[in-house]
Amino acid sequence: MSDEILYEDTIPGGAHWSMLMRAGTCLKLIDKHGGANVGMLFYNPSNTLERYNAPDTLKCQHTFKLSRGNCLYSDMGRIFCSIINDSVGWHDTVAANSTKSIVEQKWGQHNYQDFKNDWYLNGHDSFLVELAKYGMNERDMAANLNLFSKVAADDNGNMSYVEANSKAGDSIELRFEMDTLVLFHTCPHPMNTATEYPKCPVSYQIRKSAAVADDDYCKNFREENQRGFKNTDLYNIGCGCKS
Amino acid sequence: MIKQSQLSADQASSRHTVLAGDYFIQVIKKGQTFRILDLEGNQAADTLFYNAQNPAERYSAMDTIREQGNIYLSAGTTLLSNECNPMLEIVADTCGRHDTIGGACATESNTVRYSLEKKCMHACRDSWMLAVAEHEEYGIGKRDITHNINFFMNVPVTSDGLLTFEDGISDAGKYVEMKAAMDVIVLISNCPQLNNPCNAYNPTPVEVLIWNEGN
Repeated sequence: MSDEILYEDTIPGGAHWSMLMRAGTCLKLIDKHGGANVGMLFYNPSNTLERYNAPDTLKCQHTFKLSRGNCLYSDMGRIFCSIINDSVGWHDTVAANSTKSIVEQKWGQHNYQDFKNDWYLNGHDSFLVELAKYGMNERDMAANLNLFSKVAADDNGNMSYVEANSKAGDSIELRFEMDTLVLFHTCPHPMNTATEYPKCPVSYQIRKSAAVADDDYCKNFREENQRGFKNTDLYNIGCGCKS
Repeated sequence: MIKQSQLSADQASSRHTVLAGDYFIQVIKKGQTFRILDLEGNQAADTLFYNAQNPAERYSAMDTIREQGNIYLSAGTTLLSNECNPMLEIVADTCGRHDTIGGACATESNTVRYSLEKKCMHACRDSWMLAVAEHEEYGIGKRDITHNINFFMNVPVTSDGLLTFEDGISDAGKYVEMKAAMDVIVLISNCPQLNNPCNAYNPTPVEVLIWNEGN
């Protein structure tokens, strides 16, 4: 991977954005103050009916948590991106989004009129705004990632939100294996137990990635991922997206 | 939680046998109860629900498990929509636990899970694609095909974050029963999977029974 940062920026807490990531680039996300949450969804920009599929991702890698080595799959058996670095160790993809109602119940109503940039946005509405920019709506909203957040389940299936999962300076790096439309927000995790609405800024850096070697960690993390890479290679040959 | 039904199959207003590899699509009216019966044991019934008046509102696996604070579905579970409204309640269950985070099989995911050569074997999502193609009247398309319930499947999660696939806990004659809290379209794929030991590599029929309110 090249060390040269092509682009970097910081998204404030409780906000949303979207961008296109090309195959062969990396996106590093950094939790500035600790306690961040990044809700994230992926779509194929040439056919948005192909999208991130959390159950397929978990099932094919026999995992409930996401960390280094895991690949993030579309519903078409292809890999949008691989987690090539991770200092956190556990990222959630089963708890979905905060909603207007969840945010109001936990932290009260902070509308735009009264609070301007300190209003309290929620994850669900944030995705609706970003989806609409690409002609999509709630019908296109799949289960999202909650990067930096941990939700564990005990032997009886009881779910618990684990506080302080991510510390200041923690980061995760995604290497994109195919062209991907990335939608994301920095609204709180829906199970966050903080007493005040958490506004945790997240920085991101974009770099070019090195070619994926035969002994690549993510590709060899599981046999299934080798086949996922094969499927993605076929797609990239077909679309001419990657040399 | 194991809970027996008080309903009698003789009183059902309709009964439908769904063969492995087929789909079932129908509207269940608010107040009606419907049962999925595992006729021969450990058969996966991959199921989706939509608000019949507005199919953009649909079953949400993730909202359902988060709001009940548990990843398994059983008697007492309220199945929530993507707008967090109650769609159905599980009122009886003789299996005890059903999965909703493992998703449905697809030809594409079969290539990843099993082998690239398996790509043309039948899969749940193909049944759903045929269902939405043959039933345009419901207003459902591929974008609406999202994360489902795997009735009768056992997919335990460990506290250190692993997902395991265990032998089924269902058996011939076990069933799950739901009462509709709104008019819902139910879409079931009776799973054709031939590569998974959970059904002993032998997909079998299920039966759907529907009762009108008041029975």
